[in-house]
Amino acid sequence: MEIHRKVNFESEMDTNFLGEIKEKSHSEEISRCIQCGTCSSSCPMAEYMDYSPRKIIAMVKHGFKDEVLKSFTPWLCASCYSCQVRCPSQIKITDVMYTLRREAVESGAYPSKMPVPALAQEMHKLIAKNGRNSELWLVVRMYLRLRDFIGPLKMAGTGIDLMKTGRMSLKMEKIKNTKQLHTLLKAVSEEAK
Amino acid sequence: MKEYAYYPGCSLKAGSKHYEESLLPVFKAIGVPMKELDDWNCCGATAYFSVDEAMAEAICGRNLSLAEQDGRDIIAPCAGCYLTMKKSNAFLGSGHAKAKKIMTELKNAGCEYKGTVDVIHPVKLFTDDIGLDTIKAKVTNPLKGLKVASYYGCQLVRPYTDFDDPDYPTSMDAIMEAMGAEAVNYPVKARCCGGSLAGVLDDVATGLNRLLLREAKRNGADVIVTLCPLCQFNLEMNQDKIVKKYNEDVKLPILYFTQLMGLALGVAREDLGFSRSVIPLDVMWAKLANGGAK
Repeated sequence: MEIHRKVNFESEMDTNFLGEIKEKSHSEEISRCIQCGTCSSSCPMAEYMDYSPRKIIAMVKHGFKDEVLKSFTPWLCASCYSCQVRCPSQIKITDVMYTLRREAVESGAYPSKMPVPALAQEMHKLIAKNGRNSELWLVVRMYLRLRDFIGPLKMAGTGIDLMKTGRMSLKMEKIKNTKQLHTLLKAVSEEAK
Repeated sequence: MKEYAYYPGCSLKAGSKHYEESLLPVFKAIGVPMKELDDWNCCGATAYFSVDEAMAEAICGRNLSLAEQDGRDIIAPCAGCYLTMKKSNAFLGSGHAKAKKIMTELKNAGCEYKGTVDVIHPVKLFTDDIGLDTIKAKVTNPLKGLKVASYYGCQLVRPYTDFDDPDYPTSMDAIMEAMGAEAVNYPVKARCCGGSLAGVLDDVATGLNRLLLREAKRNGADVIVTLCPLCQFNLEMNQDKIVKKYNEDVKLPILYFTQLMGLALGVAREDLGFSRSVIPLDVMWAKLANGGAK
């Protein structure tokens, strides 16, 4: 068993992190967090997280950039917005979680073996190409990306139920004006650089 | 009445066909003019906003622009599509520097958006804009004797709280009562089903959905109605796993609220997508036969 230091030194903190996240999530309110824990107690997913929403906000405030971007927590947010409507400091917590996901993808620090970021990135690619999502193909691509061949087997029962009730589509959906979509997305991504 | 732009989103064309199959006849029965938005693209859902904000806003902007070109407001039945586009609509019109840049690129790509479109969910259209008295007057087969738990999930009632309560909403219950059904008390009606996480994390799927199903049963519901494709899918498709894992009988039909509305408004049973239910509906049909509906 290896023993590691469990406490971060102040000099290791990223002092720009709070400012970046505030700006990117359009949420100046993060500074006003009083650590009351209303978010964590409202969160249906808190029991699965490595850091509760309350802790994540504290860590963002104090510059624990590495820990936050590697955390499962932003990817376990179900976007239910319970925390956001209850926060007494009106912090847009769900929007902050989205920003943390984007930062984690951009820096490459996201948990790559976890299905949620794999699903998000495959869906992003599919929509950027075709303008539409195709449920079945999205799931196939996610499992291929994860190199997980047991996951699809576990879903076989659901697949059969969907087929029996005519709810499984094999079609790859696509919009007509993909040219317009591609022009738009290219321009917007260049603009953002 | 002016014509609306119907935005199906990806689910209503695939796994949630029965939402579209029941929604369109209901619009017709009530007399709401509706045409599908031509060449709509995916709203991007939670996934696109997890990867690239500017691109996510831009694809919503294209849909809004398509509706604006025809001078129509958007009707979005999927709670995910509804919230994503409503949020984008607010952001694009906010005057924020990033929003202005996206507006410029929309214009350059030939899909200018001025910001005049409203994004509306059918539940709000029925309760606020048309009014339940008007709809109730068209009921020919009241759903007497049927006990219904209305499940709202998250994204219709949060974060925007402009038309119903974020913790204990009542609009869909009122629709069900106007259809002649009995709305049972269902305190967990706006708790999360896990959304897309339930599709990839088994423990989340069984844990969250078990509570939702158990509470509906405990309060005597014969059926749960939903307004969101992902909620419908999670509540229906996890029942076998929950029975197996917890040895607990949580079996209940999970329908779209529009399927029951269609029945009450006199649409033929065969035309409302009931055959797409994975859970047998015998108990519900028996109740309705005893209660007086056809």
